[in-house]
Amino acid sequence: MNAIPGTLHTPKQVADRRVQAAHTSMFVRMLLRAAVLRRGRAASALLAMSVAAAVATAMMNLYVDVQAKLRTEFRNYGANVVIVAKDGQSLPADAMTRVESVLGAKTLAVPFSYAVARTHDGKSVVVVGTDFTRARPLNHWWKVSHWPKTPDEALIGMRAASAVSPNRQPFELTFQGKAIQLAPAGMLQTGAGEDSRIYLDQTEFQNWTGITPSTIEVAANGTAAEVEASIRQLAQLLPTADIRPVRQIMEGEANVLNKTRATLYASATLVVLTSALCVLATLIGWVFDRRRDFAIMKALGASERLINGFFAAEAAALGVVGAILGFFIGIGVAAWIGRANFHAPVVPRLSVFPYVLAGSVIVAVISAVLPIAMLRRVQPAMILRGE
Amino acid sequence: MFPRIVYESFRRQARRKALAGIAITLGVAVATAMIAVATDIGDKINRELRSYGANLLVTPQEDTLDVEVGGVNLKPPSDGAFLNEADLPKIRGTFWHHNIVGFSPMLPVIVKLGSGRDTRDVTLLGTYFDKALSLGKENFTTGVQITHPWWKVSCGDGKEAPNCGWPADDSQNVLLGERLARKLKQKPGDTIEISGRQFLVSGVLSTGGAEDDQIVGSLALAQQILGRPGAVRRVYVSALTKPQDALAVRDPKTMTPEVYDRWYCSPYVQSIAFQLEEVIPHSHAEQIRQVAQNEGTVLSRIKGLMLLVTLAALFASALAVSAAMATAIYERRVEVGLMKALGAGNLAVSAIFFAEALLLALVGGVAGFSAGALLARQIGQSIFNSQISIEPVLFPIIMTIAVFVTFAGSATAIRRAVKFDPVFALRGEG
Repeated sequence: MNAIPGTLHTPKQVADRRVQAAHTSMFVRMLLRAAVLRRGRAASALLAMSVAAAVATAMMNLYVDVQAKLRTEFRNYGANVVIVAKDGQSLPADAMTRVESVLGAKTLAVPFSYAVARTHDGKSVVVVGTDFTRARPLNHWWKVSHWPKTPDEALIGMRAASAVSPNRQPFELTFQGKAIQLAPAGMLQTGAGEDSRIYLDQTEFQNWTGITPSTIEVAANGTAAEVEASIRQLAQLLPTADIRPVRQIMEGEANVLNKTRATLYASATLVVLTSALCVLATLIGWVFDRRRDFAIMKALGASERLINGFFAAEAAALGVVGAILGFFIGIGVAAWIGRANFHAPVVPRLSVFPYVLAGSVIVAVISAVLPIAMLRRVQPAMILRGE
Repeated sequence: MFPRIVYESFRRQARRKALAGIAITLGVAVATAMIAVATDIGDKINRELRSYGANLLVTPQEDTLDVEVGGVNLKPPSDGAFLNEADLPKIRGTFWHHNIVGFSPMLPVIVKLGSGRDTRDVTLLGTYFDKALSLGKENFTTGVQITHPWWKVSCGDGKEAPNCGWPADDSQNVLLGERLARKLKQKPGDTIEISGRQFLVSGVLSTGGAEDDQIVGSLALAQQILGRPGAVRRVYVSALTKPQDALAVRDPKTMTPEVYDRWYCSPYVQSIAFQLEEVIPHSHAEQIRQVAQNEGTVLSRIKGLMLLVTLAALFASALAVSAAMATAIYERRVEVGLMKALGAGNLAVSAIFFAEALLLALVGGVAGFSAGALLARQIGQSIFNSQISIEPVLFPIIMTIAVFVTFAGSATAIRRAVKFDPVFALRGEG
């Protein structure tokens, strides 16, 4: 169409122009006119389409992301891998740097060293040297009244406190004849073995006892397979150590995660199916509504293929637009759910888009072709007469 | 006349009514199933979280300090205080006994393993494996198989040794920790000598913890070796608890009687610990914070997630039902035109449609509720291996929602149908 409308408008010129115009334009024009003329119905069909696509997108996004979200929650249970020196051997001095080279600096790894010291009245008590700045984020469940700030401050377990320092006064411990003066900084309460111990800064502990770390507790991120791989890598790097997965933590996590995933999967499937049903109901209505268009096209001699193609193309276009709109809304919904429930946004996943697009187009085309198949048996004259 | 119109409408347009009815049924079924799953998920996940093990530890009140390094307790075995085994069944007599999944007593003793010169000191841990106990008329079993589900017993190289597996609680057989077994080069079916007596190894125990270096036997066996019948060092209790809130952490001594009752009657880990101290004399019960503190967060995250997903499901099914109703009514404009041409008022026409919608909603609601209940049961059975119970109170709620959504979905379509000029409708222009 190179002529400018308005300058050539005698009937002959118009006719000429239309003859010269591309053949496909009729098809496109019918599609566009159908959408423009019945704005209300088209809009409601598009709305149903985009809502369904949005819900589907949000569900799929959530399903993919929720495992990662829950895994971070599960890391609050603490270490899932423990590195212990084998009998009669000690961990190499650079063990911590080796561990971090395998797992990356983001992974929490905390060294622990143990000694049995004597109190002033001859009772035995376990003293542990560790790195408080690392232990704090690893052991979220530790209830600590005050974390030590200076090296001579100690963190004292609830039960140990009543034995060594009942009135929170400074106390003395001896290890192989060497004495050390300590000030209690805070109380530690865990409900488990830690309550009977005294925690010290590693450097201070080493100066006093000369004992180097014998255990490293690691909170390894990732799936079970990834953790297994990290364990194998660590075993190669640290031949003098025993690398053990903490089965209590690993199996509990796997169990809860699998059940949650399965429930979410079942729910997401139900939601997506219901949204598809919604689209089906709306689109069947919208095609039925246009049976007169269908009858006129047939009366004017359009072939079955053309009519099918026309309605299918219309539905497909609706599906594509609906899927794109719905995808963005759905990503927004998923991000909101992530923020509301996990206090961290769900990362938008573009990989979900092809599935949403394909699903939308398939459902749309099915719901357009289905009523056409039913109408095919009816004479166009009957429809045009309004029966 | 009115009932006849409605009746005839259902009789003549059975197929269309069936379509709308199916949409309502499916929508209600999904809504019911999702609500049932969402209300029950907390309880289900709470039970799954028990696979992290016990969340409460009961110890003697006047105990001496544990001196434990690397799983070896250096405290003299007879040192300190003990709990009495005879008091343990009373754990099932506390207020929240239904929430107590299981408990395992532990009694570590240090034994001489081997004979002649080749001896070493090893910890023998006495516990319940799957012990049958009774309190009053109630019989139950409890032990590490319930409270420590990650403990696995293997029979070694696949050759089935006699009596391989978990030992019976009244037997003299023992389990050998995985690493200890490797060190000793012993396998199930072998006998080991402990303190001069021969014991059959009935399996190799793998726990990923300190028990891998120990021998595990029945509690009675450990008491026999220690020479203190009825002694128990500590008890692990696994209980279903409610996530902690502001009330949970308050000190019961400072509460008013009403607040105290509310605290006592809520399954907080703190109140269960308090009740355990009540039934076991001279005991101190404490939450194991690693397990107890985290399960609340995990539980609330999963519950919150399911709530949001359920809202999405309700929204989608409401939309599907509305869409189906709107379509069903929109197709019947000619009928409306005819009725109006014969003198029916807008109110009369709307009444007919609403009556039809109500009928559809009731029938679809009942069918959908039953289908949804089955679906929820199926989900519960396949994912959690346990029933998801449907609260009867859910039925009126679901029916109300079904009727409301059907009406809301029909309202716009009905309004448009009655507003439509009968002349155009009858001429078939629309």
